[in-house]
Amino acid sequence: MPGNNTHKVVYLDNNATTMVDPKVFEAMKPYFCELYGNPSSMHYFGGQVHKAVDKAREQVKDFLGATDAKEIIFTASGSEGDNMAIRGVLEANKSKKHIITTKIEHPAVLNVYKYLEKQGYEVTYLDVDSQGNLDLNQLNNSITNDTALVSIMYANNETGVILPVEKAAKIVKQKNPKIKFHVDAVQAAGKIPIDVKNTDIDLLTIAGHKIHAPKGIGALYVKTGTLLPAFVIGGHQERGKRAGTENVPYIVGLGLACEIAKNSLNYEMTEVKRLRDKLEQGILERVYNAKVNGSTSNRVPNTTNIGFQYIEGELILLHLSDLGICASSGSACTSGSLEPSHVLKSMGVPFESLHGSIRFSLSRFTTEEEIDYVLDVLPDVIKKLNHISPYQRELKELEQKHK
Amino acid sequence: MWDYTDKVMDHYKNPRNVGEIENPSAIGEAGSLVCGDALKLYLKVDEKGVITDAKFQTFGCGSAVASSSVLTEMIKGMTIEEASKITNQQIADALGGLPPQKMHCSVMGHEALESAIANYKGEDAALHCDEKIICQCYHVTENVIREAIEQNNLTDLEDVMNYTKAGGACGQCHVAIQKIIDELKNKKEKVDIKNMSVTQLVLKINNVIEKYISNELRKDGGDIELIDVKDNKVYVSLKGMCKSCKFSSNTLKNFVEASLKEHISPDIEVVEV
Repeated sequence: MPGNNTHKVVYLDNNATTMVDPKVFEAMKPYFCELYGNPSSMHYFGGQVHKAVDKAREQVKDFLGATDAKEIIFTASGSEGDNMAIRGVLEANKSKKHIITTKIEHPAVLNVYKYLEKQGYEVTYLDVDSQGNLDLNQLNNSITNDTALVSIMYANNETGVILPVEKAAKIVKQKNPKIKFHVDAVQAAGKIPIDVKNTDIDLLTIAGHKIHAPKGIGALYVKTGTLLPAFVIGGHQERGKRAGTENVPYIVGLGLACEIAKNSLNYEMTEVKRLRDKLEQGILERVYNAKVNGSTSNRVPNTTNIGFQYIEGELILLHLSDLGICASSGSACTSGSLEPSHVLKSMGVPFESLHGSIRFSLSRFTTEEEIDYVLDVLPDVIKKLNHISPYQRELKELEQKHK
Repeated sequence: MWDYTDKVMDHYKNPRNVGEIENPSAIGEAGSLVCGDALKLYLKVDEKGVITDAKFQTFGCGSAVASSSVLTEMIKGMTIEEASKITNQQIADALGGLPPQKMHCSVMGHEALESAIANYKGEDAALHCDEKIICQCYHVTENVIREAIEQNNLTDLEDVMNYTKAGGACGQCHVAIQKIIDELKNKKEKVDIKNMSVTQLVLKINNVIEKYISNELRKDGGDIELIDVKDNKVYVSLKGMCKSCKFSSNTLKNFVEASLKEHISPDIEVVEV
């Protein structure tokens, strides 16, 4: 924080993970040492825990706009939900060998397709334009008689750009109602309203830790009538689709987190958005070599992805981190892999921005004071790093243009 | 988060010798915008060939800036000859080490230094353009890969990726990189025995016997002893069960000699005493 940058953390990496809401944490606590019964037990001690799980399932149902609480399966993570949906649909429909998805999906999904390709599946990866938007005509033209599944993310984790999943689902079902439609909504949940009722979406994944519940809990919406084999074979839990004694405290936490997220949507879309816009505008005004990646009109309200031209992302993150500011980059040197962000590459972001792109993602816990602090210190960091860059001539030109 | 040493952190936070030198004696360049890191090195060299000033500009991550920064400190005061002997490992060592995935930053520093020295000597740096590019994504040439393997004793694909970035993106060149690794490995192992001292050769033979031969023979209750080495002739004595085995001459030719030929030199001949 201003004047004291060695201790306080300004956390602008909420698309990576979020703080557990203290109210959520409080609600979970009794289910460790007091209400520790097994929801499947016949006795009252277990029965009251069963009720807590039921309540959480209702809360998730309401949050997603599902019709029936039976449509909610608790999982351990977003990745698990994605795996369960994608591999389950294919297992239930073994004669079809074609899948459609996008080039900008999360690795939790993309790597499943890579695996499936080795198993003999054919995968169509839909393009995005420079704004990160999808071409629904391309989707329409990609559907074949052999298509079993279409899986499209609701909002992109790196840019925050929202994809038209409801329209896409409609197109798919009009062409062939038997094709299943899955949505990875991990980055959309809690940021924009989700209402699966009256849509053609069959399956939808969320993860708790992106909406102020803890890590290690998630949920998969499975529309009634969607055939899905057991993902974990064993007991009857989660309607036999995912055996194993329920992770009760975390399920309770996810339930409350969903309820709070639903009630906070308005705040997200007004106040969080205002702070995000203030941060983005402030950076664009103060830093001449800054450029927003992706559509600014069609985004979740908490995310901005800014390319700092001719300087490298990890170096920016390291300097910001020294000032207590947490942000992220999908760029080459931060993730351990050497490959720059596949999302920004698919959008055709030029090399001078690609390696220096930083994602700032806010939450309802982000304060105005924090944004002011970032705007106060970030321009000097960039100025210092610009000075180190070998592309002085190019930077000069950008500076002239900015004036 | 990378596990950077204090020295790396010090150098990226407070990089030394940033900027350009007016009328430099030499400029060296390595990397490019496409690769995600690029380095420009400026040298001022006096009439005695001593580097009196060095400055850099770097586009890259924390360890790239730190490698560039420490390099300028290392070479100041050196003669061009001395500087030309610096290896990428020395750059990494000067920083107290780099994470394996970041070794390519030290390689880039070394490349820029080589390029600056070539520029100083009036050699045409553009010569490098004719080189065969192995990794199209990051424009890594065959020579860069070979040099990194030889200087750092790299043995697998992942090492090469960490040191040169080659193969770190689409992965199409993995087969080509593996070929170079294998080729250099074979070359390294199969040396001309005529150029070896007797001691070297004996050590090598013993090594191969220990590693590849003895264990196999012991499984059958036998063993082998090295008696003498003269030119290309290796004199051995078979022990234990091998001694009385009727297939011993077969073992000697098809296993012992074949192993020594494979791992040391095809010229080797094994004689039983």
